[in-house]
Amino acid sequence: MFEELAMPLFDSLYNFAHWLTQNRDEAEDLVQETYAKALRGFGSFQLGTNFRAWIFRILRNTFLTSRTGLKATMTVPLEVEEGAKELAVEASTPETILIEQASQETMQNAIAQLPVHYREVLLLCEVEEMSYQDIAETIAIPIGTVMSRLSRARKLLREQLLTRSRRG
Amino acid sequence: MACDSWRSQLDAYLDAELSLDEMRNFDAHVRNCPSCAAEALARVQMKRSVRAAGLRYAPSAEFRARMQRSTARKPWRINGLAWVFATAAMALLVVVGTGQWGGREARATQVYGEVADLHVAALAGTSPVDVVSTDRHTVKPWFQGKIPFAFDLPELQNTDFSLVGGRMTYLDQAPGAHLIYLVRKHEISVVIFREASLRGLDAGSHATKQTSFSLETWTQGGLRYFVVGDANAADIASLANLFKAAGAS
Repeated sequence: MFEELAMPLFDSLYNFAHWLTQNRDEAEDLVQETYAKALRGFGSFQLGTNFRAWIFRILRNTFLTSRTGLKATMTVPLEVEEGAKELAVEASTPETILIEQASQETMQNAIAQLPVHYREVLLLCEVEEMSYQDIAETIAIPIGTVMSRLSRARKLLREQLLTRSRRG
Repeated sequence: MACDSWRSQLDAYLDAELSLDEMRNFDAHVRNCPSCAAEALARVQMKRSVRAAGLRYAPSAEFRARMQRSTARKPWRINGLAWVFATAAMALLVVVGTGQWGGREARATQVYGEVADLHVAALAGTSPVDVVSTDRHTVKPWFQGKIPFAFDLPELQNTDFSLVGGRMTYLDQAPGAHLIYLVRKHEISVVIFREASLRGLDAGSHATKQTSFSLETWTQGGLRYFVVGDANAADIASLANLFKAAGAS
């Protein structure tokens, strides 16, 4: 049963782990440890509840307590944004065009530059297509915080892309 | 500005996080407001680029094999005479079963491929559905007189699914119903035929994944159902369950 639930998520978990750690070896270690912990704790998992959010949460918590994870969260202080309802920035047409023209590599670099708290929420939403509720469960934060982090992540990403395109 | 309240909800709208009523209101607003439409388009493009860029890392084949070995179930332990009997029984099953099962499996795989083709062909067309409605009470009667059977559509309230519409379809020269649903921006097809019209398909209930499409099939009340799409297998299974419940009620 564990194998049937966990192996279909292998590629997604690996991709997410690599984005968090930014390193192939560390990503492999992180995924391996996640599977080992999930297998050990599988008895406490309630069938019928959200397995994906459960195993992503294990991966994320394992990352946060790793050396790279601690460093990533220590060196980038989380800005005051909890609960703040941020109004979306206006995107003028020229900006839109610049973002459209950004190459995949530019976009990947911009995502990699995001502080880890924003990067993870953005990836869970856009790549994993998780609902706000699932993201909230995975990260153990309220839905309002998911929304404000997502909004902030998108704003930061836009700013990064604009700065890069201006620099040429 | 006048659109401030819409803009503050634009991300939730594009992330499909609003209620069905709110989504409809938003749809109507975006159709009539060029400024919000342009902004929505820009954000959709941004979402697409982030998704494409975010699918960046793939595990190595070696790592995948290692993980598969470590999560695989331990093999059964059989010893002594029991092992000899088990082997003999298996050999007999293989000899007797291969011809029949080989043929059945090939037929099932062929039908699954054709159903996936129906799904892709419908979505690739300029009008994927002939009856456009989110209301099951509009879609179901539309099929009356067009197909030689009737079926029930599930209630979708409090689910992530919405009905897009329906069209007629054919498989093995037999007419059937093709419904299209939406879940988190993924289209899912539900295709229904009379079981008797599908020659030699003895698939029972089955879930499979082929060329990145998930497919679930079963029979109920003399009808053969297929649910197929590129959404994740869990979504395909939930929609299948809604249909099973509707068919049983």
